[in-house]
Amino acid sequence: MGRFEFYGQGLPAVEADELKGKLVVVEGTDGVGRSTHIGLLKEWLESKGHAVLDTGMTRSALAGKGLKAAKEGHTLGGITMSLFYATDFADRLENEMIPALRAGFVVLTDRYIYSLMARATIRGADPEWVKGVYEFALKPDIVIYLRATVDELMTRVVQTAGFNYWESGMDLRLGEDMFDSFVVYQGRLMAVFDTMAGDYGFHVVETAANIQKVSDEIKTLLEPLLIPV
Amino acid sequence: MKAYGKHRFPGRLFIVEGIDGSGKSTQLALLQKWLESEEYGTFFSEWNSSALVRDVTRRGKKKRMLTPMTFSLIHATDFADRTEQHIIPPLKAGALVLADRYIYTAFARDVARGVNPGWVRNLYRFAVKPTIAFYFRISVDDAMKRLVGGRDAIKYYEAGMDRQLSDDIEESFRVFQRAVIDEYERMVDEFGLVVIDASRSIEEQQVQMRAIVTKALTGARKNRIRRWVDLNSTARACRP
Repeated sequence: MGRFEFYGQGLPAVEADELKGKLVVVEGTDGVGRSTHIGLLKEWLESKGHAVLDTGMTRSALAGKGLKAAKEGHTLGGITMSLFYATDFADRLENEMIPALRAGFVVLTDRYIYSLMARATIRGADPEWVKGVYEFALKPDIVIYLRATVDELMTRVVQTAGFNYWESGMDLRLGEDMFDSFVVYQGRLMAVFDTMAGDYGFHVVETAANIQKVSDEIKTLLEPLLIPV
Repeated sequence: MKAYGKHRFPGRLFIVEGIDGSGKSTQLALLQKWLESEEYGTFFSEWNSSALVRDVTRRGKKKRMLTPMTFSLIHATDFADRTEQHIIPPLKAGALVLADRYIYTAFARDVARGVNPGWVRNLYRFAVKPTIAFYFRISVDDAMKRLVGGRDAIKYYEAGMDRQLSDDIEESFRVFQRAVIDEYERMVDEFGLVVIDASRSIEEQQVQMRAIVTKALTGARKNRIRRWVDLNSTARACRP
């Protein structure tokens, strides 16, 4: 096989060769509609006969709860937070994604190392350091980057969950209130994502169109990767 | 983000390293007593001390759900919290920070577990470079004799039981700690660790440590604040 590769040194005791499934990453900033599209993709893939594992950030058995508690206290420093997320990611990679890939699943992940790297970078971490930390990650088969303008995001966020502390980057004190901070923070995140889109070969999908059209575009991108059933 | 070696603070950072049973904690405690009697302000910091991360680490260890990678990352997270909250602020305030285990513990253990040496060194690049790093050199057999509680005191991960080296915890401890010692020995030159022969008497080791620390104290602030206990004892001593 030899289809999968690590970004750098890789994980101890994991042979990339024995991984048979597909690793599909959906990236994008907060409120862009990632979970909606992952839900639609999962249904579509399963109806076609593919086994799907969907997973997302801060859901690891090891660190998920700890991270949520830490965020409620708002007391973690930048480097600590970045490493806590890296621990959560490593746990999910080793204990969820890799076993599923070994078994031949399509793994749909809501965000991957790119979101984590972007957050750490705009909080002042050295980009080279961050890149080095995440070298143990597997290179995915495809990265779908859902993009929207800050204006579109704002409209969606106001009408759904509302602005929250972390999604507005309030720990960075970027504006007088959550709204101002959200605009600056999401703008910075998008700038980092746009740079990464080139470096890591993201497939950019604009989300201004209606949900069905966007979903169809994503499916067209995935089709060639799938084992025909 | 400042990298290893690039920090400039008025305080000093003294750290001790070595396997369990090397006597490093005893020596550090004695050093702290002496520094305080010399009127220096000290601040003690130990491994696995971040309240926020501790619960996750404890759970991971108890349920044995840690892989070499998550073991490494959760300890780095703990260490980052310790650096940001308990090491940098006291150093900025001019205190003498005393750390029981430091980044070299991670380099030794994680590499002994199969983690890539270059990767783990990059992981800890945010750490402050110690003023002096002491390494207490001892053989596994001598260290084991000193472990209070004997066989029962050996912990699962400390014995490298996750590596399936041996079903016997004592044998596994020996094999794993020997690999850890090999890593420490490699780091003596790489990081300029000051080697203390831990087979010598406690007193001899302490004299040696104090002599080395004294040289690094030129210009350090004597800013110890006496606590109420001390004030009481001082008051008692002054009474006719």
